[in-house]
Amino acid sequence: MKPVDFAYHRATGLDDALEHLNAAGEGAKLLGGGQSLGPMLNLRLARPRVLVDVSSVAALRTVEPARERVTVGAAVTHAEIEDRPVSDVIERAMREVAAGIACRAVRNRGTIGGSVAHADPSADWPIFLVCAGARVYIRGAAGARALPVTDFIRAAYTTDLAPGEIITHVEIARAGGQARFGFCKLCRKAGEFAEAVGAVLIDPERRCCRVVTGAVGPKPVVLADTTRTLAATAMPPEPDAIRAEIAAVANEHDPVKLHTAAVAVGRAIDRALAAYAPSHDGDRSGSGARTGLTFQSADI
Amino acid sequence: MSTGIGVRVPRKEDARHLAGKARFVGDLSFPRLWEVAFVRSPLAHARIRSITVPERHAGRVFTARDMEGVRPIRAESSLPTYKPSDYPPLARGKVRFAGECVALCIAPTRAEAEDIAEEVILDLEALPAVIDSLAARRPGAPRVHEEWGDNLFLTTSVDGDFESARKRAAVVVEREYRTARQCMAPMEGKAVLARHDERKGQLVVYTSTQVPHLIRTGLSQFLGLDQADVRVIAPDVGGGFGYKCVLQPEEISVSWAAMRTGRPLRWVEDRREHLTAGANTRQHHYRLTACADGRGRLLAVDAEITVDVGAYSVWPFTACLEASQAGGNLPGPYALDVYRCKTFSVATNKPGFTPYRGVARPGVCFAMELTIDAVARAVGREPADVRAENLVPASAMPYTNVTGKHYDSGDYPASVAGARRMIGLDAVRARQGRSPPLPGGADRPDTAHARQDHAERPARDSRRVDAMSARQGSPGPDGRLIGVGFSTFTEQTAHGTRVFGAWGLPLVPGYEQATVKLAPSGTVEVRSGNHSFGQGLETTLAQIASEQLGIGVDRIRVTMGDTGETPYSTGAYASRGMVMAGGAVSKAAESLAGRIRKHAAHLLQTGADRVSLTGGQANAAGGASVSFEDVARAWYLRPDQLPDDVDTQGLEVTEGYKPEVDTGVFTYATHAAVVAVDPATGSVEILDYVLFEDCGRRVNPMILEGQSYGGAAQGIGTALFEESLYDENGQPLTSTFADYVLPGPVELPAMRIEHTESLSPYTRHGIKGIGEGAAIAPAGAVVNAINDALSPLNVEINEIPATPRRILAAILAAKTSGPNEDGRRRSP
Repeated sequence: MKPVDFAYHRATGLDDALEHLNAAGEGAKLLGGGQSLGPMLNLRLARPRVLVDVSSVAALRTVEPARERVTVGAAVTHAEIEDRPVSDVIERAMREVAAGIACRAVRNRGTIGGSVAHADPSADWPIFLVCAGARVYIRGAAGARALPVTDFIRAAYTTDLAPGEIITHVEIARAGGQARFGFCKLCRKAGEFAEAVGAVLIDPERRCCRVVTGAVGPKPVVLADTTRTLAATAMPPEPDAIRAEIAAVANEHDPVKLHTAAVAVGRAIDRALAAYAPSHDGDRSGSGARTGLTFQSADI
Repeated sequence: MSTGIGVRVPRKEDARHLAGKARFVGDLSFPRLWEVAFVRSPLAHARIRSITVPERHAGRVFTARDMEGVRPIRAESSLPTYKPSDYPPLARGKVRFAGECVALCIAPTRAEAEDIAEEVILDLEALPAVIDSLAARRPGAPRVHEEWGDNLFLTTSVDGDFESARKRAAVVVEREYRTARQCMAPMEGKAVLARHDERKGQLVVYTSTQVPHLIRTGLSQFLGLDQADVRVIAPDVGGGFGYKCVLQPEEISVSWAAMRTGRPLRWVEDRREHLTAGANTRQHHYRLTACADGRGRLLAVDAEITVDVGAYSVWPFTACLEASQAGGNLPGPYALDVYRCKTFSVATNKPGFTPYRGVARPGVCFAMELTIDAVARAVGREPADVRAENLVPASAMPYTNVTGKHYDSGDYPASVAGARRMIGLDAVRARQGRSPPLPGGADRPDTAHARQDHAERPARDSRRVDAMSARQGSPGPDGRLIGVGFSTFTEQTAHGTRVFGAWGLPLVPGYEQATVKLAPSGTVEVRSGNHSFGQGLETTLAQIASEQLGIGVDRIRVTMGDTGETPYSTGAYASRGMVMAGGAVSKAAESLAGRIRKHAAHLLQTGADRVSLTGGQANAAGGASVSFEDVARAWYLRPDQLPDDVDTQGLEVTEGYKPEVDTGVFTYATHAAVVAVDPATGSVEILDYVLFEDCGRRVNPMILEGQSYGGAAQGIGTALFEESLYDENGQPLTSTFADYVLPGPVELPAMRIEHTESLSPYTRHGIKGIGEGAAIAPAGAVVNAINDALSPLNVEINEIPATPRRILAAILAAKTSGPNEDGRRRSP
């Protein structure tokens, strides 16, 4: 379990990184925190000729909490996101997601950009970013471009990133004051990759709602029917309906896996809705607390 | 302050471990040292057509063809029906498991050696693989060893009049149980460094082993060397658990290559090698039938045990040990009159079975303890009561059981009572709303209804609050089902000559020897051929010497693990270290104490019987004293001060020891667990865990508790997490820790331990072995608790690890076959 021979370059800036990446051509690989690439190198599943380390490129290391959106540099670590102050539901959600990744030692090094680029179907950030409708920004020799994370990730471990391109940052739109987020990650052991994940964002002011299933199928997917039902009723859909939709969109037919995935989604919905309930054990079908939550034509 | 027996002395070895100054094989350095990487078989079963080494790597790659004169590892046994296997250190003709060593590659660094290994071309003709041990038993199954007529290493059989007992039975419980294949996962894997000492003309092998003297014997035998030409040194060893108590093929091939090349060579097992080629233990299958009277008193047990032994028999413990131990130990602590058992040790295309902490007993304990609970449910009684009533009572001690095991001392039912009190059984039953459990498990709609989900599942932190309230007996709000389970075992420890002789193994332990010496400076040196690989033996052996000599452990130096410096010992296994090496040190130290008293009496001008040893001094009855240093100086430097009738053997004593009755001394314990099972996900949280143990006299209670925590953690791994999986072609599917799941600190409960001490009548100081014990019971306790929790859903788990997937699959299956309610919470 030792890597093949490779050259290593610690990039001093974005242009320097791009230059080295392009000079090396197909044999080059970007190194962020190395929390996935490291083991893959040791297992010789990844065999690059050159590693371009972007983990200390200043331009990739900033977080800009603007009024309309939060911009997070690709080389910002999970721990840095976990430790940031939070001012709204999006930042609170990001803290929750960051804090649930692996263990602190991994979070100290692993980066959000690396997680998106690796596109592990069970990884936390891609699931959250799809749920939040985030966009990923990319720089290459030909210039800059951006696309939604849900389009950027094509399949398991497969993205739209072309050779010679670097993810610079992700951009997450802020949510309204009434917005609620729910996340449920089921794993065999604390810090392991998930067996199933559910992520839910309900944002009445922006008429935006997304229910996402993750760790099932090749990539995180918005459950459109479940989302519409939730948006229209502010009630959790029937478990059987959730299960059926996951089976269809993820092409997953193992009953245990499907049941687990539906439970994760159901619990994420419950957690998002729980914030509206007057108390945890109260009757959530009561009218008062959820007035204004439902909306018919949600932007998913 | 005393540092003798019974004192919580801080571990001597921790000073270097905590300072990062320990030295493992991986830390060693020699001039011209190169590293080794192995080419391992990618297939589980194949004929080797050819092995091609690129010309530029000539002299860097070695195969079986190069190793002329090296014998295959072959472990004999005198047990009838046993077939030994030939296990070449590098595969010859065929490969029999994925991960088997085929070629050895050397280079200045491991990465370069792996580069070379990648370029060696194996031309293999794939053969059908035998992966399932029951399928391997069938006629016509592909044969792992073609020259055998079948795949059976060994079959054993014990007969009893089961059928007539069955006629008398009020209840008959039949079950099928499975335990998974596992890895032992020590922090340090295997590691070996071999070099030739030109001056001494000796092959010197540094290896991460529990049994340095045995490795020396084995290397000599299979390499064809005189033992005098081999020295084995086990430096610091980072955990063994049985993984390192057998001769490894890599120890032979690396030693051979070091002699062949004249260059120091080292191989360090990496984690992928461990998780594939080291997946070698625990896998059992049981068909078990128990007959009981209307109160749940066992009348008879019938068992068929199949052990998946893998491809090869390990040396020296053979492929027989596991099944022999399983068949002999299944009745365990229970007073059982009728027992019938067949065992099958089956060859499959997996790594060769190696004894792991508890040896067979984690499996038999799991099978027997689940059966006891099934009997209790069948008769509608509290399992803890049924368990206690079936145990051998204290009044029957010493007791020889139905398989001839001789239990030396103890009060087994008291351990159930102790665990029951510690876990708060009544409060758990009150919280469940049931007491005692109803028969059958299915017919209690009221209870099931009462425990349906009502409220929001709390976040992770508040689940801990639940855990607290579970102990206090208040109902949990999160929809999880609570269950409690017990598990009792007895463990044969330090079994010796007679037991191993009966198995006819290549190794039969006899008198364990130790040397104790008063050095010129007045400090004490202890030498043992046993080894410490985390058990704290460096400290506890010093405590034994301290007890006998009245000198603090800080002035006692313990040397182990080096065949050049220590007397022969078969090593550390079978929970024998404290009984055997401790007994030998005790006896040698006692003898040395007599000599010190005699010399001191002369210096003090009094009688030896009037001299006592305390505080590193020899004290005369009248108050005068001389220091150990004075006594040592007289012998080494001022012999003119010695008496005429001085003992000419001096101040260095080697003694041999074994207990008067050497069939083993029996430790026992009851573990109890409270679990919460989430019926929607199948996940299990252990809310509470207690151990009530008896290992006779405790030498260092603190170290012992550490052993118990660690053992129970491994047992919980067996119960809930660990499983080496294969596809139908024998490809390992769990080759990293992402797939082979070990419990971590978050998954493990804060365990509570209590002890009682029933001294063994047969051993020095009444000590019994404890090293393995705590790993035995957890699967029984945890899965009994899971089954207790799931009984309202009419679900029973009989396979470990009890993963969320297995539990959920069983719940979903019960739902489709019965009218039970949907376990998932529905919002209002």
